Amino acid sequence: MTPILISDFTLTSCIGRGRKATCDALEQGLTGLAPCRFETVALDTFVGEVAGVDQVAIPPALSAFDCRNNRLALLGLEQDGFADAVREAVGRFGRRRVGVFIGTSTSGMLETELAYRRRDPDGGALPADFDYGGTHNCFSAGAFVRDYFGIEGPAVVVSSACSSSAKVFGNAARMIGAGLIDAAVVGGVDSLCLTTLYGFNSLELLSPRPCRPFDARRDGISIGEAAAFALLERQSRGGAGPEAPFLLGVGESSDAHHMSAPHPEGLGAKAAIGAALASAGLPPERIGYVNLHGTGTRANDAAEALAVRAVFGDTVACSSTKGSTGHTLGAAGAVEAAICLLALRHGFMPAGVNTGILEPGFGLDYVRSCRHASLDTVLSNSFGFGGSNCSLVLGRT
Amino acid sequence: MTLLQCHIEGIGAIGPGFADPEEFRSLIETGRADPSAPTPVPPPVCLPAAERRRAGTSIKLALAAGLQALEASGRDPATLPTVFASSGGDGDNCHVICEALASDDRQISPTRFHNSVHNAPSGYWGIALGATAPSTSLCAFDASFGAGLLEATVQVAQSREPCLLIANDVPYPYPLSRVRAIGGAMGLALALAPDATARSLARLSLCLGEGPCTELGEPGLEAMRRSIPAGRGLPLLRALALSEPCRLTIDYLDPLRLELAVAPCR
Repeated sequence: MTPILISDFTLTSCIGRGRKATCDALEQGLTGLAPCRFETVALDTFVGEVAGVDQVAIPPALSAFDCRNNRLALLGLEQDGFADAVREAVGRFGRRRVGVFIGTSTSGMLETELAYRRRDPDGGALPADFDYGGTHNCFSAGAFVRDYFGIEGPAVVVSSACSSSAKVFGNAARMIGAGLIDAAVVGGVDSLCLTTLYGFNSLELLSPRPCRPFDARRDGISIGEAAAFALLERQSRGGAGPEAPFLLGVGESSDAHHMSAPHPEGLGAKAAIGAALASAGLPPERIGYVNLHGTGTRANDAAEALAVRAVFGDTVACSSTKGSTGHTLGAAGAVEAAICLLALRHGFMPAGVNTGILEPGFGLDYVRSCRHASLDTVLSNSFGFGGSNCSLVLGRT
Repeated sequence: MTLLQCHIEGIGAIGPGFADPEEFRSLIETGRADPSAPTPVPPPVCLPAAERRRAGTSIKLALAAGLQALEASGRDPATLPTVFASSGGDGDNCHVICEALASDDRQISPTRFHNSVHNAPSGYWGIALGATAPSTSLCAFDASFGAGLLEATVQVAQSREPCLLIANDVPYPYPLSRVRAIGGAMGLALALAPDATARSLARLSLCLGEGPCTELGEPGLEAMRRSIPAGRGLPLLRALALSEPCRLTIDYLDPLRLELAVAPCR
């Protein structure tokens, strides 16, 4: 693919608001996971809750969008001057020439869960203040971002579980490539809700302690919430400066195996990684660091280890940052792409925190304490329910 | 203005009172479309028994409509990329989960949970057909059909590979039906390819515009177009079913519309 300039980016998760806080936490190997005190949830698990989400005020003109997911989206957009960069791009390219591509798995599902508790005791109707289109519908986050900036170009929400906000980089790149738009706001936002907490509990995939990706004793995921965004622009390689990061490749595949378990040999993951490298036109040796999907479940980490080894052998430096942020589900792809951009910019490989004894036999160069090294090209993996896989190659051209 | 072009090799159409493209064409010709008619939802015979039992209406509809278009195209499902577009996913499943989470016993079944993801039809499609090609599951509320058509057309134009678009919507049960009215269950599918082949039904040209949406003269069909998000694609399916050369405007996100030109190949 033709490389696409990433002119700005930001991320907000339980380890901090914006790039600086996130970078500091990653370099220090901190975790934002804490025992679950979210809402009325009674589960023995840790979560990555973002502080202050419910204090965010949605602008009155956009009040139909008021829900935890869009409050988190707004909190994320307003970090690092990202919203100003979007406004500047909209001014430069025009409202119709900017697209919005957001990944989410839950959207404003929490609002519906809460509305069901307030159903009319007689007829069972939902409360009058409940706004389905603004909150529950998958597209809510996309519509909110589009309306917040007054963007009039194409928009869509991709909802393919945990690969959602990695895949939107592909949707945006294709639309820029086809000439329909000149720039795109891409990203992911997913917020805590009961469906995911009780749902993953029903699958017996929640860890009772902070998740330990790739640890021999790993026993499940920790769910987090996050918002992460990037601004993609059509631009020539020469015009952006030598340090500017680009989206170099996107690889997608389907497992065709099971709704909630990965292909045991990691075939879908391997195909996505291979397709991403082919899309970037790069051999595996050029990748300096892999941000693993690394959820911390027995099966996912084992399948991903097989896939990474099959492509890279045992020498590529890799880690999962979900021990710090939790698994932010539909936002994970954009969060981890943003972490990769921080790694490129600041020259470090974040450690996989909480991971003590590496699973013997995985045979990977797993980063367990932060390494400082100059990086030119990195890869980020995102693999989701339903066997939806996406890998991104990010780097300098 | 950017013009995207592709060829359509097959269509799938299931909705109120029609089970396939032939029955859909017959409703157009007789003018007897009835938006209140039940949608004949075929059993997902392509799925393994365990998954077949678990599949809800939206999954069944998506698989069946997709299979109709796939068979007409003669393409290999294993290597055919797919785009799934739906406004709301599986409403029945969503309702049961919300009721459980509002009750004293919040336990929900693993099957309910993994069917609650928006990409459940895509996942089942992969399992049923060994489809390992990339698949995108997307949503744009009432503009979901237009968003799916645009994404599929862009994919074909960029990759020069075929792509299967499957759009489906299923009404929510009460009480969600009161806050999100969807006027019937529908699954539409289009098999797209970059170049003309012996199977091409029509050449499709697409660009962004902003004219008024094409309405359907037949009141029953027009009611489906307006009340079902997937139904926004009915003017295009109609033109393809009747092999009519025409220009159409399909609903998309305000202020944009999709301007289409359909040129039959046979």
